[in-house]
Amino acid sequence: MRRLTPYLLALPSWMWLAIFLVVPMVAMASVSLQTGNAIDGFAMTFSFSNYGDAIGRYSPQLVRSLVYGGLATVAMLVIGYPVAYWIAFKGGTRKSVYLFLLLLPFFVSFVLRTISWNFLLSDNGILFGTLKGWGLLPADFHVLATTFAVVGGLTYNFLPFMILPIYVALERVDPRVVEAAQDLYASRTAAFRRVVLPLSLPGVFAGVLMTFVPATADPINAAILGGTANTMIGNIIQTEYLTNLDYPTASALSFTLMAVLLVGIFVYARALGTENVLEAAAR
Amino acid sequence: MNPFMRGMTQPRTRRDVFRLAGASAAGLALAACGVQGQKAAPPKADAVADFWAKQKKNGKVVFANWPEYMPEDKAPLEKFKQDTGIAYEYKEVIQENAEFFGKADPVLRAGQSLGYDIVVMTNGIQLQHMIELGYAVALDHSKLPNFQANAGQKYKERAYDPGNKYTVPYTSGVTGIAYNTEYVKEEITSIEALFDPKYKGRVGMMADAQEIGNFGMFALGIDPEKSTEADWQKAGEKLKAQRDAGIVRKYYDQSYIDAVSKGDVWLTMAWSGDVFQRQLAGEPVKFVVPAEGGTIWTDNMLIPKGAANPLDALMLMDYLYQPAVAAELDEFIQYVTPVPAVQDLLREKAKTATGEDKKALEDMVDSPLMFPTEADYAKLRSYTRLTTQQEQVFNPIFQSITQA
Repeated sequence: MRRLTPYLLALPSWMWLAIFLVVPMVAMASVSLQTGNAIDGFAMTFSFSNYGDAIGRYSPQLVRSLVYGGLATVAMLVIGYPVAYWIAFKGGTRKSVYLFLLLLPFFVSFVLRTISWNFLLSDNGILFGTLKGWGLLPADFHVLATTFAVVGGLTYNFLPFMILPIYVALERVDPRVVEAAQDLYASRTAAFRRVVLPLSLPGVFAGVLMTFVPATADPINAAILGGTANTMIGNIIQTEYLTNLDYPTASALSFTLMAVLLVGIFVYARALGTENVLEAAAR
Repeated sequence: MNPFMRGMTQPRTRRDVFRLAGASAAGLALAACGVQGQKAAPPKADAVADFWAKQKKNGKVVFANWPEYMPEDKAPLEKFKQDTGIAYEYKEVIQENAEFFGKADPVLRAGQSLGYDIVVMTNGIQLQHMIELGYAVALDHSKLPNFQANAGQKYKERAYDPGNKYTVPYTSGVTGIAYNTEYVKEEITSIEALFDPKYKGRVGMMADAQEIGNFGMFALGIDPEKSTEADWQKAGEKLKAQRDAGIVRKYYDQSYIDAVSKGDVWLTMAWSGDVFQRQLAGEPVKFVVPAEGGTIWTDNMLIPKGAANPLDALMLMDYLYQPAVAAELDEFIQYVTPVPAVQDLLREKAKTATGEDKKALEDMVDSPLMFPTEADYAKLRSYTRLTTQQEQVFNPIFQSITQA
């Protein structure tokens, strides 16, 4: 009995995974190979061409999503690393206050936050309206309905998921190792580059993973902030599911997206290296 | 380290490969299941009679409707409660037909109840699906005396539900053009304004395939009700050219109304009642039905399969067809009521009202968009009725434009 205890304790989480991850995935994999329509029903025909058709029709949106996701991730890294660094090393006793402030906007729903950008960035809204009034911007200047707005929205919405893991990694860096580096005549830059940065890489790895995947799949920012040429793959999947009731195409697209992301992550994990990184990240 | 990560970062052992193959085989075995079709034959008349004979008044009704479709104080429903003793729950849970249907379909397909006794849906593809799939309860017209007596003839003869077998109209509205008078200085009369390069980047179009498809066809002088696949292609080309020329800023859902009242777009496809409500709020927006035509649509009440209180629901549907109740409702929502007698009732009310109320009521009574004349109706067209097969042609033509 005692030997079984850990398995029994793990049972709920295995059940959870089985019911809410494995079963839906298998069902979706099944649907992605079916043909038919919502009225007459779908039947399994092992129609692998669903994948070819879906990718053929929607490759521009798929590629665009990866590009936007990538751009947003880079932007988040560039913005997020210094913030995490600052909080970890200069935050002093107020660290938790800063972290709380960072998370504060996220008590509001995702959609509302995005709509508030729509309000702020409106062509004649409080920001651009004022600047235009002062003659600092041309009258037809606009940010909404552009790629910049969509990537900006993605960057804003997922930023904390980049900052927090990096912060956790940096927080764990023992200041004494930096001192040691400096004692050994490393300049401040060299100490950062050769000591702090490598030690923070697990956080960067986790941060990129936690932001790139949801940012690439997100339909909300493109729908609310985008224009006529910013449709992302998430929007397409939503339309196929809810409007067209084309469950096979939607499922095939979902799996394609998942596969592309997994391959991307795999390559990324290999490139970054490294078991150490993963072990540190998993700790 | 979890096995998933290990799988990605370490070489696989042969055992892993076997395990993976085993999992895939199990997956394929499970994969043999399909999604059942539900296409339902129309119920037999005596089955309908049987169903209704068994129903009792439960003293409760749950009404699922769209936002801004009922006065704040719920006066019509309160009166209903007083008159009949039936308590109501009113839920503004429907924002979009496609999304609502997308969420309701799996529930109804599984034979479960939505938890609503009345839902309101527009006469589009999704309502057609509701009926085809047998998700709508056939109505007992012997229990709809007010509807028989008071509904306008047009609202009793609707192609999408002949004989009002499953639905009765809640209200109708018109899709036309709204424009912001601060930026658009001319009088807009033609649909060509939406294609005019001088409004480059300032035009809003709707993302919905039927809505935008109709406007593409109006611009080409095609009657959507009689359109063919070739017409849809032509309309698609026209709309694609409009997009490629950079004239369209964005393809909107309901959010178009904020965009046009803020001036992000200057003119846009729009739904009549939305614009009137904004006008009342003092915003500089104006609504026109273009000379080439506009779309008239009807939102319909129906009882979803599995509803707990069908008889109470039917009583409420009928209650809303009392002219006094319909008048009160329409005075708030300002769409086209299916009860023509409302116009006279509001005219009477305007006579005794004073000041601003009087003016507002008089405007309503004279508004061709609340009480269209025959000439107005002649300009208005319905959505194209599509079979499932046609839908699979129609949707991609327009979605490839709105979701490029």
